[in-house]
Amino acid sequence: MTNIHYDNKHYELAENQSVLECLIKQGVPVPSSCRSGVCQTCLMQATAGTPPPSSQNGLKESLRLQNYFLACVCQPTEDLEITMPDDRHISAHATIRKLELLTDEIMLVELECASPINYRAGQFINLVHDSSHVRSYSIASVPRLDKHIQLHVRRLPHGRVSGWIHDELSFGQRVEMRGPAGDCFYVSGKPEQALLLIGTGSGLAPLYGILRDALDQGHQGPVRLFHGSRDLHGLYLMEELRELESRFPNFTYHPCLSGSEVPDGFAAGRVHEAALAETPQLKGWRIFLCGHPEMVKMARKKAFLAGASLQDIHADAFNVSHV
Amino acid sequence: MAEKQTLASWYDEKYGKMPNASLFEQLGGTAAVDAAVDIFYRKVLGDDRINRFFEGVDMEKQAAKQKAFLTMAFGGPHNYTGQDMRKGHAHLVKQGLNDGHFDAVVENLGATLKELGVAGNLIGQVAAIAETTRNDVLGR
Repeated sequence: MTNIHYDNKHYELAENQSVLECLIKQGVPVPSSCRSGVCQTCLMQATAGTPPPSSQNGLKESLRLQNYFLACVCQPTEDLEITMPDDRHISAHATIRKLELLTDEIMLVELECASPINYRAGQFINLVHDSSHVRSYSIASVPRLDKHIQLHVRRLPHGRVSGWIHDELSFGQRVEMRGPAGDCFYVSGKPEQALLLIGTGSGLAPLYGILRDALDQGHQGPVRLFHGSRDLHGLYLMEELRELESRFPNFTYHPCLSGSEVPDGFAAGRVHEAALAETPQLKGWRIFLCGHPEMVKMARKKAFLAGASLQDIHADAFNVSHV
Repeated sequence: MAEKQTLASWYDEKYGKMPNASLFEQLGGTAAVDAAVDIFYRKVLGDDRINRFFEGVDMEKQAAKQKAFLTMAFGGPHNYTGQDMRKGHAHLVKQGLNDGHFDAVVENLGATLKELGVAGNLIGQVAAIAETTRNDVLGR
């Protein structure tokens, strides 16, 4: 007899009963729709124990690795501790180890966690200003390569949390953070696959992490990074990226400017259009899209129509909170 | 359970798919749905007769819906009711969704299966299942 532990309560599964059936029978509200392992409405995550692989069919590999599963087709063979996908908040304390402007608007923030956290480059953490002002920032660092967690924080007009980070935080200060979370990261296993990374503004943060993660893990296929901004002031880490380009022959860096002044060596126009013009056929490619939500949306559609499989398109849209 | 599956796959290997296997089994089950969803959705988005109905939708959510639809049309397990179909398409009917658009979707579905090498008689069966939703989808 297997048990599940959810929201501080224990539930015993009847024979041949799915996790979803069990919870719903006990009056626990879990959203669901097709109840046949297809629609993914009942997505949950195991925080202890391993869900059966059959309950992970159709999920992105990055979600599978994080023990996400579909409750409606999950008949576990061992006890599971489970949570709803957005319930998971691991609060932790961290100390500010570096604050450095990368551009006029974007600040590199380095955090040292009080206790080590397990994260992937490209995931995000939530920084807590106060209980009602929490913001997500994508992780640019790679655990194997970097000592501290690195974030690129863009100052938003009237941004409460970004303003606090830019103007008030100081070296050595302790902050509260939650996470990591998010499934936009590099998964090894297909080293020959071509990778296309497209980002705007501080959307470079997760891409810079994903890129270095992939190259460091010995990714063999072509890796192309397109970073877009309106003008030159918005581009950053150019030297570092050029250096990576010279170290890894399979990596190319394509800075892209959408404003009117475009010096030699830069692509002109919107970044996803430049990327798609360079690689019009994307069948078999793995794609990462980060930054402006409109760019992410348009690029996702264009990449899909250009032949990329939806399973291979990973995205991190930077939606702006108005709270 | 495990023994049954082994026996079935042994039988399939030796004699080919059992002629009395369900449509869903003959098509290849959930693996077939996974293979079809990208091709089908790409055709739909590339079809100027109908792609305006998909402007601005969340592609990942939409793909999940497409999977549920394909599972149903392939004769697989589903929980769709006529009422769901009506509710889910009412806003599109207001935007002018009509028989011609429905036909275009069925056409894309058939073309998808053809591309995957599915036999004509099975494609006909899938189209017939899709056809049963026409009046609910169009709110009649």
